[in-house]
Amino acid sequence: MTTTTDTFTGHKGLELEVPLLFEEGSYEKSGVDMPEPSGTSRLGDLCAEQPVELPAFAEPQAMRHFVRLSQKNYAIDMGIFPLGSCTMKHNPRLNERMARLPGFADVHPLQPVQTVQGALGLIHELQHWLCELTAMPAVAMSPKAGAHGELCGMMAIRAAIEAKGEGATRTKVLVPESAHGTNPATAAQCGFTVHKLPATEDGRVDLAAMTEKLSDEVAAIMVTNPNTCGLFERDIREMAEAVHEAGGYFYCDGANFNAIVGKVRPGDLGIDAMHINLHKTFSTPHGGGGPGSGPTVLSDALAPFAPVPAVVKSGESFEIIEQAEGDMEQAFGRMVAFHGQMGMFVRALSYMMSHGADGLRKVAEDSVLNANYVRVRLAEEMTQGYPGTCMHEALFSDRWLKDTGVGTLDFAKAMIDEGFHPMTMYFPLVVSGAMLIEPTETESKASLDEFCDSLLGLARAAKAGEKERFTQAPRYAPRTRLDETKAARKPVLKWTPANPEAMAAE
Amino acid sequence: MRYLPLTDADRQSMLKTIGVETVDELFSDVPEGALNPALDLPDHMPEMEVERRLTRLSRQNHLGSDGPFFAGAGAYRHHVPATVDHIIQRSEFLTAYTPYQPEIAQGTLQYLFEFQTQVAALTGMEVANASMYDGSTATAEAALMARRITKRNKVVMAGGLHPHYAEVVRTNEELIDDKVLQAPATPGAGAVLDMIDDETSCVIVQSPDVFGFLRDLTEIAKKAHEHGALCVAVVTEAVSFGLLKSPGSQGADIVVAEGQSIGNALNFGGPYLGLFAAREKHIRHMPGRLCGETTDTEGRRGFVLTLSTREQHIRRDKATSNICTNSGLCALAFTVHMSLLGGHGLRKVAQLSHEAAVKTADALASVQGVEVLNDAFFNEFTICLPKNASDVTDVVAAKGIIAGVPGGRLWPGREETENLLIVAATELTTDEDITALKTALEEAL
Repeated sequence: MTTTTDTFTGHKGLELEVPLLFEEGSYEKSGVDMPEPSGTSRLGDLCAEQPVELPAFAEPQAMRHFVRLSQKNYAIDMGIFPLGSCTMKHNPRLNERMARLPGFADVHPLQPVQTVQGALGLIHELQHWLCELTAMPAVAMSPKAGAHGELCGMMAIRAAIEAKGEGATRTKVLVPESAHGTNPATAAQCGFTVHKLPATEDGRVDLAAMTEKLSDEVAAIMVTNPNTCGLFERDIREMAEAVHEAGGYFYCDGANFNAIVGKVRPGDLGIDAMHINLHKTFSTPHGGGGPGSGPTVLSDALAPFAPVPAVVKSGESFEIIEQAEGDMEQAFGRMVAFHGQMGMFVRALSYMMSHGADGLRKVAEDSVLNANYVRVRLAEEMTQGYPGTCMHEALFSDRWLKDTGVGTLDFAKAMIDEGFHPMTMYFPLVVSGAMLIEPTETESKASLDEFCDSLLGLARAAKAGEKERFTQAPRYAPRTRLDETKAARKPVLKWTPANPEAMAAE
Repeated sequence: MRYLPLTDADRQSMLKTIGVETVDELFSDVPEGALNPALDLPDHMPEMEVERRLTRLSRQNHLGSDGPFFAGAGAYRHHVPATVDHIIQRSEFLTAYTPYQPEIAQGTLQYLFEFQTQVAALTGMEVANASMYDGSTATAEAALMARRITKRNKVVMAGGLHPHYAEVVRTNEELIDDKVLQAPATPGAGAVLDMIDDETSCVIVQSPDVFGFLRDLTEIAKKAHEHGALCVAVVTEAVSFGLLKSPGSQGADIVVAEGQSIGNALNFGGPYLGLFAAREKHIRHMPGRLCGETTDTEGRRGFVLTLSTREQHIRRDKATSNICTNSGLCALAFTVHMSLLGGHGLRKVAQLSHEAAVKTADALASVQGVEVLNDAFFNEFTICLPKNASDVTDVVAAKGIIAGVPGGRLWPGREETENLLIVAATELTTDEDITALKTALEEAL
């Protein structure tokens, strides 16, 4: 039954429905022109008789399919993307252009080293920037993402402990409850057991309680600084001293390094290892979920255990050490094939050179300024997670929503109707119904004001009992709320022609 | 500073709203003496200056397009249609986050669903995830997954597994005190079958292997299953899926691959794209993100990230993996390129690459002192030279030819492999390239 608001196509103006490529592509043809093969075969009996059954588009169809799809995404280029702890800032397009220079993009990782001196020189230069900005003596470049960098740091810690003959006894890692889930997962992946690091009432690590938990069984503490509540760990030096005195190491999660880049150097605070998410602090694009890049800086105590490969300067030229030998004899192993995320390295260095030491410091300052501005403005209606100023992100609880019948999730979905991407929800776990807002330094004051005005308006509406505005949201997105329970109960992870559910949904 | 929108007047008025005098008051928790360190780094630069400096660095590299090019061993130089790069640079794809708000991320979610469908079809498997960092880390994750499924602690690897992949597996497994065994890296040898026993969690076999040999997985999978172990198939050249029998059809339980060669540039080693596919019954043991189909409140089809109870942000130290990113944009490049190729197009790319490799092998076989070790191969094969292949590669590189990947690069300091040269060809390889390589080798030997 159609009504006058329904369209015959299913499209609604600029909002265009997109079938799956398997439903509109051709199984007969290809959208790429190539010369005709001669038919020679030296494959033996492992040659498949038929092509894989996958459809193709002609180029115009492909363009339309993916452009239409793209229009169903929210993106930082469209508006504020205040995901706390994720750091969605502007991605300068110069960085894209630089990464696509053929001299970086069209180079094979195993070419003779004398043919890739520019690529190695770039990595070496980036190493210098990262070490200088963190006051750390060494950096492992190969980790492919933040969590991979965590793994690198914890593997180095494990190797250092084993080198001291304490592998069998130092098995505990202390992690605050507010930590990213990757921290405990990483520690577990390294064979450690995970124990809770107590917190103070003002959202920081409880130094006295932590010291009590330290022993000769503790391998390391894993602490994010600034932490996931957006607060600087003011006892960080004392924490480092205490863990070192107990014979353990300090892994610092560098996810929030963007709040202090150029202002504070983690190496000056006594940490032993920290990964740097190039896609956060140095603005390589998030790309809808990767690729990331997670170079990991290491202290003098951990540097000997860094993984292969490593780029080193020898006289006027650069070399790659690919095996655990010589200076790298104690390397804990290898994390990836080849040398890491070169494409991200180029983007990050381009970003760093553009900002320089002075600009990076301004990045930290403006991100903290913007977050505090948002914090103060929203505190008019919303409850802060912890009192006082914050760093680069402002944390709110859901206490102010009590008795409104509106939850954090509903509030977030109503933000979508206002034209914003929601903030991080229900993280960190230490605050009820957490809302973590990170505006970043690339938002203008006008953008922040529009955002705050809108959230304050929503907050007042929630308190005034306009429940449907929230529970029915989003109303103006390409889809209304999606049934996640159904997706998990009977997972459909690919298209199949005879899938009755897929057909029923059409 | 061109990327910072605040004016000084904005900053002053915002500080006033916050109720502090200076921005450094907001940093008052920073320990004494640690604020505002002097940095030995230059100040900001205009766009044109950054461009000038980086361009200069980039010119110090020899490009794939500068001359004949035969390097492979896990990274391949194929043609990527212009459409691919245009699509992945769309703001809505490039500057989006992980699709945690599915109502405004259907673009990303739908292409991930399409990607998973393509990967499942190519590998011959039932399910695939939304991608991993790269082929090597995907291989290590496969070993960890097999460990969870079989509850055993011994990994067996074929000698033909790419040495970097083997090292990554070893690094991850030995960390938790598992046993990792590898057959000797000898071209054409198949010792792995005898190493599978009742303690084995999985056997990891690459085909085409690092020397270019094609491995029939059927026997290996059969033996693995007889012993209650899993068969993990590794593919480092995804284009081979277009022409070879799929690992799934040969009995593999998990298939991992490097997807770079479809849609993605060489990029000096990264970012790349890990493909990960498995049997449906093992879904809940899989690492990484999964995109699944569902409906919205109006009954319309839509997509969400699903089965996230496996993942670190929910399960924390009990998660299947610590991974929290995939290789989203590289997966998009793969999906777009595959959507242009289709099954027929991919087969053609694969066939052209194969034919170029056959021509290359035949040309090199006629060079005095060169022995081609492979009878059957896809687009890569190994030759044995009468002298150190690294030296030869260097000499030939000085003439503008990238001859392949020498054994000394993959197994530094190992005598048995130092005279071997692994040579790859693709649809981009021309007859002139082949003649140039042949001539250069004749001169160098």
